[in-house]
Amino acid sequence: MRGNLLTLAILGGLVLILVVVANLLGVRLFDRIAINLCIALILVLGLQVFMGNSGILNFAHIGFMGIGAYTSAVLTIPTQMRGMSLPDLYPVLAAIDVHPLVGILIGGLVAAAVAAVVAYPLMRLSDAAAVITSFALLVVLHTIMTHWSAVTNGPRTLFGLPKVTDLPLAAGAAVLAIVAALAFKESRAGLLLRASRDDEIAADAMGAHIPRLRWQAFVLGALLAGIGGALWGHFITSFSPKAFFLKETFVILGMLVIGGANTVTGAVIGAVIVTTAFESLRALESTINRAEIFSEQVVGLTEIVLALSMIAVLILRPGGLFATHEIGALLGRRARKTEDRP
Amino acid sequence: MTVFLQFLIDVLSLGSAYALMALGLVIVYGILRLVNFAYGELIMVAGYTMYLVSPSGLPWLAMAAVAVLMAVVAGIATDYVAFRPVRAKSVTAVLITSFAFSTLLQNAALLFISPRPRNVPLPEIFSETIQFAGVITPARNVITIVAAVLLLAVFSWLMRRTVIGIAMRAAATNFTMARMLGVPANLIISTAFAISGLLAGVVSILWIGRIGAVVPGIGLEPLLIAFIATVIGGMRSLQGAVLGGFLLAFMDTTLNFTLPQDLLKFRDAFTFSLVILILLWRPEGLIKGPATGRRT
Repeated sequence: MRGNLLTLAILGGLVLILVVVANLLGVRLFDRIAINLCIALILVLGLQVFMGNSGILNFAHIGFMGIGAYTSAVLTIPTQMRGMSLPDLYPVLAAIDVHPLVGILIGGLVAAAVAAVVAYPLMRLSDAAAVITSFALLVVLHTIMTHWSAVTNGPRTLFGLPKVTDLPLAAGAAVLAIVAALAFKESRAGLLLRASRDDEIAADAMGAHIPRLRWQAFVLGALLAGIGGALWGHFITSFSPKAFFLKETFVILGMLVIGGANTVTGAVIGAVIVTTAFESLRALESTINRAEIFSEQVVGLTEIVLALSMIAVLILRPGGLFATHEIGALLGRRARKTEDRP
Repeated sequence: MTVFLQFLIDVLSLGSAYALMALGLVIVYGILRLVNFAYGELIMVAGYTMYLVSPSGLPWLAMAAVAVLMAVVAGIATDYVAFRPVRAKSVTAVLITSFAFSTLLQNAALLFISPRPRNVPLPEIFSETIQFAGVITPARNVITIVAAVLLLAVFSWLMRRTVIGIAMRAAATNFTMARMLGVPANLIISTAFAISGLLAGVVSILWIGRIGAVVPGIGLEPLLIAFIATVIGGMRSLQGAVLGGFLLAFMDTTLNFTLPQDLLKFRDAFTFSLVILILLWRPEGLIKGPATGRRT
């Protein structure tokens, strides 16, 4: 328990330091990176809740991020703008106008509700079948987002979301996400689910209702993804369905895998490392492009580095940087060791 | 009658391409029980090879051979980079490394070649049409069918009659037992990847014959098709993969002929929902593979 509080304090402190530094610096660019980092944190933690505790790869996560973003968008785009950005919206929805904060919350809840319905039958599957269904689910969600023009403006960019996500809001949500992920991991459901991850047959024999446990984790993960997506939508203010597909899935997965999927610490550290690396590489890319060293634009460098480091981490440390122990437990153990010494 | 014949040719040619795609995916899955997410990029590699060697002035068949060879090399590279180092450690790790390898290849194409489509040289015959029994059809459809029939015949001879084929089927049935009887595991797996690359290379030429150009994201659609086809037909049965390919082509063509324009946009959503339903109903697919053995 003390270890968990320590973990929470350290990880929460990390987010807090980020906010303080961003405020002290007062640079717009750094603010933007910090908000991106906080949103990525929420998404990665959502993925960790399911993947880390159940041990099953989930590709559909980004799809739920999209559901959250679009839900909040439909409910919060100012009514006078809605005629322009969503001309074919159903009249019932067109009249609703809620405060963006409420919209973000509803976005998360709708994503969780969709997850609750579609995922219930899927949770019986393990291994490759589970992976392929989650991949298929991502494609289904993406296809619907791309073609349901009445609600999503089709493959075109949806614009006009009020910009409400600032650093304190994103950081607050990120801290709450850390609390949620840690609390779920240490809860009864989380413990049983982790038992099923390590040995499915033994956990089943001891009476763990594995599909239901997985389902709980999946819904909680989708809730976080929806909230993260809605926050992102209110930060970026215009987006298209392309933002919720394989490339983003890859980035979020990369964060979790590099940090270590089994621990909350791993998710947080992975998000921090990858975001930092990503932003510096992107800066490098745009510097090269601006200097026009090459005749064509340099694109894809960032993804190549991320892919290589993912493969390297998995070969050298298959469990990621924090494979089994949270940072609090690690530090606690070290402290106890020094106390024991005569 | 003419409409029926037209429909039949469409289904057969599309199905031939789909069946080859599915076969390339399932040959690796059958042995390792692991999905190769980088499979689509093998198709991309073959396509870009065609583009890169086109200024050399080689005869077209030689260029095609080089492209297929490069796909085989890329297939073996997938094994060495993404599968072999992590294979024994964790299933999730392998899925992620293959996904990462796919992203790596795709972005390498973006970075070193171009995000824009590149034209691929095609011989005259790909754009000609053939007329028989009152049906006019592009010659490439007939070429696809012929190529698939030839490849499937060679492939089934290889799997039934040669030592390596029998060893591969043994490994797919019970990997540990096959190893104990002296089947070299790494060689078998690399061979599976090489065959997967060969199929991907041929598919690539036939597929690009339909489109005429190559882009970095070209591999996604064949990968998705191969996924659906193998899931429908049976994740671990080679016959199932071929059957699944033809069934999927039949479904797609039927939907194309019958679905109203408004719903046609959602075709992918329909087919993928079907995949999910089939997996729920029969996690093994329609045709069951050989009895399960443990992976490495």
